[in-house]
Amino acid sequence: MRAVYLVSGGVSKFTKARHDKTFQGIVKEAVDYTVNDLGIEYKNFLELTDGSVASYFSDHFQRQLMSGIMAQDYLGLCPKPSHRVEGGGATGGLAFQEGYKAIASGYMDLCCVYGFETMSHVETWKGNEFIALASDVSFDFPVGGFYSGYYAMMVVRHMKEFGTTVEQMAHVSVKNHRNAYHNPYAQKRQKLTIEDVRQSTMVAWPLTRLDICVMSDGAASVVLASEEGVRKLEKASGQTLPKVKVTGIGRGTDAMRMSDRPHKKVPLLSFEKEADYKNLKYPGIHSFRAGRSAASEAYKNAGIKNPMEELDFVELHDAYTSSEIQTYEDLGLCRYGEGGEMATSGKTFMPGIDYGMKLKEKPVCPVNPSGGLIACGHPVGATGLMQAVFALWQLQGTIAKHFKDEALQVKGAKRGLIHSHAGTGTYVTVSILEAA
Amino acid sequence: MKKKFIDRIREMKGGEILEPVIFPDSLDSLKTMAPIIIKQPYAIDYIHSYGQDSPWFAGLANKKLLGTKCCKCGYVFATPKLSCMECGAECDWVELPQEGRIHSFTVCHFGAEAFLDQCPFILGLIEFEGADTLLLTRLVGPNPNEANLKWVGMKVKAEFVQKPECKPTDVYFVPV
Repeated sequence: MRAVYLVSGGVSKFTKARHDKTFQGIVKEAVDYTVNDLGIEYKNFLELTDGSVASYFSDHFQRQLMSGIMAQDYLGLCPKPSHRVEGGGATGGLAFQEGYKAIASGYMDLCCVYGFETMSHVETWKGNEFIALASDVSFDFPVGGFYSGYYAMMVVRHMKEFGTTVEQMAHVSVKNHRNAYHNPYAQKRQKLTIEDVRQSTMVAWPLTRLDICVMSDGAASVVLASEEGVRKLEKASGQTLPKVKVTGIGRGTDAMRMSDRPHKKVPLLSFEKEADYKNLKYPGIHSFRAGRSAASEAYKNAGIKNPMEELDFVELHDAYTSSEIQTYEDLGLCRYGEGGEMATSGKTFMPGIDYGMKLKEKPVCPVNPSGGLIACGHPVGATGLMQAVFALWQLQGTIAKHFKDEALQVKGAKRGLIHSHAGTGTYVTVSILEAA
Repeated sequence: MKKKFIDRIREMKGGEILEPVIFPDSLDSLKTMAPIIIKQPYAIDYIHSYGQDSPWFAGLANKKLLGTKCCKCGYVFATPKLSCMECGAECDWVELPQEGRIHSFTVCHFGAEAFLDQCPFILGLIEFEGADTLLLTRLVGPNPNEANLKWVGMKVKAEFVQKPECKPTDVYFVPV
């Protein structure tokens, strides 16, 4: 397989509703950003790019089939090859990896991956219904199932199994909203307290409104390149590109219905022992087996043994505060059962930011320095790519340039992880990025 | 007979412009125009077959709670699967006990649009003796405003609605 580089990225502002543009126009904003940052003319970009991947989740929200090709033609990328990728919340992460494969396999030298979602086309509770259709419509949706309810049931079991508390979950909300305060592309930039989170409207016990990400309109895009592709871009722009290498990808899956999840043994990461989990039945509904599978595959490819020590930051799929805690464990940032403590320890916070509370330990590996889904918003098809863009800027050391604020720059970041997650943990992707 | 062609688009009946559409004198200022937003209603009846899972719904209509059991490895599914997730062999229908325990739950204070008028309601995942997987169902009885972790492990039993609709809500669970 050939080396794959992430060379540029761009986002549109994520916001509740973008009535000023159609989805094609919003995608163009993100791609324009990506091309401008490469320092080449748009026409140059069209000549050099070999093809693309379109990332979007729901045909229901759009009420338009084949939106992908409408973005492709609006971008001027026809007649180059392209395909659409869909995998629920992990759509962006999957699309990123499809771009990776196109380069690694030698099929393309330059691949543009663009993602979008326009969720403002329907009212919030209709939107919740559309998203709930991404659960079994024979057995789960008709009982009254919807996503916040599913995640609530999963964290109730996590609380029962490991003693995780709602206050620990609230720490994640405070951290991510506070981080986003310095991210101009985020939808919700708020300074909150633990009390604010707990006193917010209850949606599905024990999850409140501030434990849950919001629907959003937005787009994001990246350009992936082979060494040859990088040379072409550098020749066209007349400058050296601050590129990032994709050193590992991993994926996993699990059953659509939570009720079907098995109760077996934990697949161990290299620092774990079987004795750590003597009485734990895994994954049940408390953990995401797909996340563990994706992480172990990616770590194997990238040669990572102890993720907490070897990663400088993580951008993970915090659709819920609870799922950030669960994902700490799947990714091996701590052992299963230690996620709640990890959330309050301070280890996953940013240095130099005042969160308005006392934290026991110093930051080790900031998680969701961008603000994550909870604060940035979750325009599904764009989300996983947004993480790739923010991770690229971290590793380039260009956060200050893009955010007009250096508070969120992880100093000297060399290696980061992005994590994209669908359904109740049905598709999960993990990709490792390193400064090249 | 000669068909009469319509030579102009008929004005839509019932159409209504909510805001006056303003058009500027100069084309140069069109890019700053406010977007025109229209409403498009969308309703449809889906023809949904339960296919190989149909007997489960027939069971509910007859006050029976069915599951499936793998004929090779013996894995028992409390929510039916006719192909075993563990070994790929075919499963047979079996009757499940009508008593189980709450494995996990939530109280939904909001929900998908179709269920908003029923909030707050309780969702629970039920575990059964001898079954390897769970069943998602409605829990009726506990006070939704008194949700607490002690509900996990609570013994519950199946109740069946009087007028079955061939939906998974034909069964619900109540504390024993």
